[in-house]
Amino acid sequence: MIESNSVYAGLAGSSASLPKNPGSGPDGPIESAIEASMCAQPSLGESSLGWLESRGNWSRRNFIKGIIASGVAVSGVPYLASAASRPALQAGAVERLISLNVNGQTRRVDVLPNETLAMTLRYKLGLTGTKLGCDRAECGACTVLIDGVTHYSCSTLTQRVRGKEIQTVEGLESASGELHPVQQAFIDELGPQCGFCTPGQVMAAVGLLMENPDPTREEARQAMAGNICRCGNYDHYLNGIMRAAREV
Amino acid sequence: MAELIGQDYTPPDIRAKVTGRAKYAEDIRADGMLFCRLLTSPMPHARVRNIDASAALAMEGVVAILTADELPEVPAPGNTILTNEPLYVGAPILALAAVDETTAQNAIAAINLELEPLEFCVDPLDSLRPGGPNARTDGNTPRGRETVAEMNTSEGVGEIKWTEQDFADAGEGQMPLGQHEREWSYGDVDAGFASASLVLDESFVTAGHAHHSMEPRSAMAYWQNGKCYVYGSSQSQAYIVPGLAAMLEIPPEDLVYIAEFCGGGFGSKGGAYPVMAIPGYMSKKTGRPVLMRISRAEENFIGVCRPAFQGRLKIGFQPDGRITAVDLYIVQDNGPNSGGGDWTAAGSAMSLVYTPPAMRFRGLPILTNTPPKGAMRGPGQNQLATAVEPIIDKAARQLGIDPVAIRRINAPDNSSAYGPNQGPVSSAYQREALDMGAEQFGWEARRARSGQRRGSKVTGVAVGQAFHSAGASGFDGLLRIAPDGKLYVHTGVGNLGTYSYSTTSRVAAEVLGYDWDNVEIVRGDSSRGLPWTLGQFGSNTSHTETRANYASAMDAVQKLKEIAAMDLGGSPEDYDVGEEVVFARGNPSRRLTYAAAAQRAIQLGGRFSGQEVPADINAMTARATEVIAGTGLVGVARDGFPTRGTVPALAAGFIEIELDIETGQFEIIDYLGVADCGTVLHPLGLSGQIKGGAVMGFGMAALERQVYDRHYGLPGTVGLHQTKPPTYLDVPLDMGWSAVDIADPANPVGAKGIGEPTMGCAAAALLCAISDALGGHYFNRSPIVPDMIMNAAAGQAQSHGPLHVHTQ
Repeated sequence: MIESNSVYAGLAGSSASLPKNPGSGPDGPIESAIEASMCAQPSLGESSLGWLESRGNWSRRNFIKGIIASGVAVSGVPYLASAASRPALQAGAVERLISLNVNGQTRRVDVLPNETLAMTLRYKLGLTGTKLGCDRAECGACTVLIDGVTHYSCSTLTQRVRGKEIQTVEGLESASGELHPVQQAFIDELGPQCGFCTPGQVMAAVGLLMENPDPTREEARQAMAGNICRCGNYDHYLNGIMRAAREV
Repeated sequence: MAELIGQDYTPPDIRAKVTGRAKYAEDIRADGMLFCRLLTSPMPHARVRNIDASAALAMEGVVAILTADELPEVPAPGNTILTNEPLYVGAPILALAAVDETTAQNAIAAINLELEPLEFCVDPLDSLRPGGPNARTDGNTPRGRETVAEMNTSEGVGEIKWTEQDFADAGEGQMPLGQHEREWSYGDVDAGFASASLVLDESFVTAGHAHHSMEPRSAMAYWQNGKCYVYGSSQSQAYIVPGLAAMLEIPPEDLVYIAEFCGGGFGSKGGAYPVMAIPGYMSKKTGRPVLMRISRAEENFIGVCRPAFQGRLKIGFQPDGRITAVDLYIVQDNGPNSGGGDWTAAGSAMSLVYTPPAMRFRGLPILTNTPPKGAMRGPGQNQLATAVEPIIDKAARQLGIDPVAIRRINAPDNSSAYGPNQGPVSSAYQREALDMGAEQFGWEARRARSGQRRGSKVTGVAVGQAFHSAGASGFDGLLRIAPDGKLYVHTGVGNLGTYSYSTTSRVAAEVLGYDWDNVEIVRGDSSRGLPWTLGQFGSNTSHTETRANYASAMDAVQKLKEIAAMDLGGSPEDYDVGEEVVFARGNPSRRLTYAAAAQRAIQLGGRFSGQEVPADINAMTARATEVIAGTGLVGVARDGFPTRGTVPALAAGFIEIELDIETGQFEIIDYLGVADCGTVLHPLGLSGQIKGGAVMGFGMAALERQVYDRHYGLPGTVGLHQTKPPTYLDVPLDMGWSAVDIADPANPVGAKGIGEPTMGCAAAALLCAISDALGGHYFNRSPIVPDMIMNAAAGQAQSHGPLHVHTQ
């Protein structure tokens, strides 16, 4: 295996038999290839139990189907066969070695077409502050900012954020070690309990205050509603956000 | 004293949490690390006929599979690591390791698994019917659990069936009272009912629900120098070691267990759990480090869950609301394995929270092919709160008594007794908690709004209560004063997120008169020398660990005084400690700094520097002391302080809601939680426990439940959007908290735990408030979901049978 450091390396060859129709989708060849590859592969985390989760109104498979149904034609991407037998890049295929702007730095990283931003951050860039709580857009532990807007990185394709500014929890602290006001306020108000949702809560709060520097408590909780805290420390997090808003 | 106790402070691990530096199990990386995935059962009960992994193993990048045949056998009905007879949907059958996770997942998909479907059961009452299905081929109930201590070590499986007559005798919609497994009683129950002016006889159902900690139980392991290193997700630290070592079939000293952070457990990660052993076995087999990332869907099944109850409560009242007698019967949905002791804990809780002068408890656990059951925040006590508190309100309504008043007249105090043996309690101030809450909440004024209508919205105002035992004794404390003058408090407590690992360490600092900035806590990695300690569960840490740290600190104080007497003359009793010096009482200028005393302790050796240890400490503590022996003045001791019986944590929750009877939705207008947890150690931390527990309680009361299809045994709730943990929008915009703050006499600093009843009291309060808004319609069921509310408001029948569990 060539990419032993990659959790996404070595995709099996079933996608090679997909019909070819390169570059005909409205989003262009790259996105078409991404969706084709996602369509063809069992998605990560979708184990033998995946179908059970899919019975609800949201699932990764539905997410993929939704993308395809939105008018993107399927294109063939034979290079998705296992890395060892990968042929040369063809028309309609995706550039894998891409540049990402993460926390103000340009990072060159080898990214698969169906790779999520959370996986790239955690397993290729060593930024494990971004957490995987559900890996299917239910909990918000993976929240990052993309061009200043909060996103679930578990449900964002890395290929789609080239050229955009990605900010993770690791990027908030100043070089001199000064914390972002939200981070400091979460310490002062004892926002985290177990701390696993905290990076996502921090990023969602930073995103909120960028858009609305002086939110009411009600506005704050509406903005934070996509971030679950199983310890239930919402009151403390809201206290932290209101404190940070006063101090920003 | 009281420089540090009762003060807010910045816990040492919190900066790592807000910066993303905190490392959880899935954040650990090692060169050459393999990724492990699980093949889990799609059926509720089946036998593995054949596993053909040849195609998977031939795939590039696939390294190994691990099956149940390669692991030690677990005696029934114990929970298995991997199994050839899956007993629930989601049960791990085999594990596969590959160079990356996608390869592993693709290879799992390439395995040809032949399963033979077997008889299954998802509702205990189905299994209890004559000829009803059994969850296991050898029966439907675990055997051999006479004491609470044996609850998780049951041996063997038996069968209990009720008769058709039992079901017929119960009558429509009432819980049958067939053969039970356990019974205890005290007082004259019959006389109690005979003297009652009101007797209620109510059947009830409480649903099971999953913990769904934010961090799924991922783990990473490797072997080095004959030892197994495991990075796990656990509430506990020292307590994990014996159990996990046994699962790995190695001596405890050959296991290095690292768990600096834990992304939530709520009871589900209190002790070692089976899948935690898989990376260790896979690493042994492959010779490489192995990371096993657990998905949210897998966590739903292997993460255990709270057992459902189907029960019946007969309860008698005097005209003033005082309870005269209680007869409680509980069938516990035990899952397919050993399960937990929730049902018996519920009986004991009943005896304390309502102090009935006479009571009988009966019950039995019945196996089902639903996920394994384990302790969840207030195991048994909180189901009891959700079942009983609405019935107390029903009685209050019929007797014309205020809900706070009926609870107050039955509330436990210092003379109250606990459980089947009616043993003593260390302290109980529930009446004070109720009074404090009623005053701060403005109970009278709010109660006047009960039933008030605003369009389709109706106001409900209610109170709820809950209990959990909250303290243990007899564990070890270990600390070191280093030659640099710093205090290193070693703690084997886990890091669940309550900050109690740190708050209880402050007691040692307080006893020794330390500036908190000169104190470091050593924790999270067993190779650093961590003493034997009870797990971080059961609301016990604040009580248990303050005792243990007090003991080791007192040992250090004694050694400091002895060294001072040796070097400065006089006897040890002539000396005192404070501000990091040991000094002569009559002449404070005769003094020795802690740094100098530590240097002296190294010279003296023996017990002063931990080369000799007390005979009564645990072997793990003795090994931990070896790690630091000879490097400073070592305080090490077992907590031998006197005890005073059960240590109760009690809580009361006050709530006002607005219920929309056209949609079944409600909004919580206000909530106040009040705790009786002894002396308050850490106000902000306590606030988090009261409010966070309440949030989880709101979920238990109105959102969360496991749904199982009765005909196919398949789950209807797996992901978070189905299991519905509360979000920011499900809870009040502001929440309040308060504490009685009266010291418990069985603890050197007056502390009791609190983490669990804060959930039960809120759940009970919300259930009672919904019924209050509906003018006294009692559902005898939790959770109450919107369609139930709409049916009740419209006077329609509910869609579920009155005794069914796992319903939509």
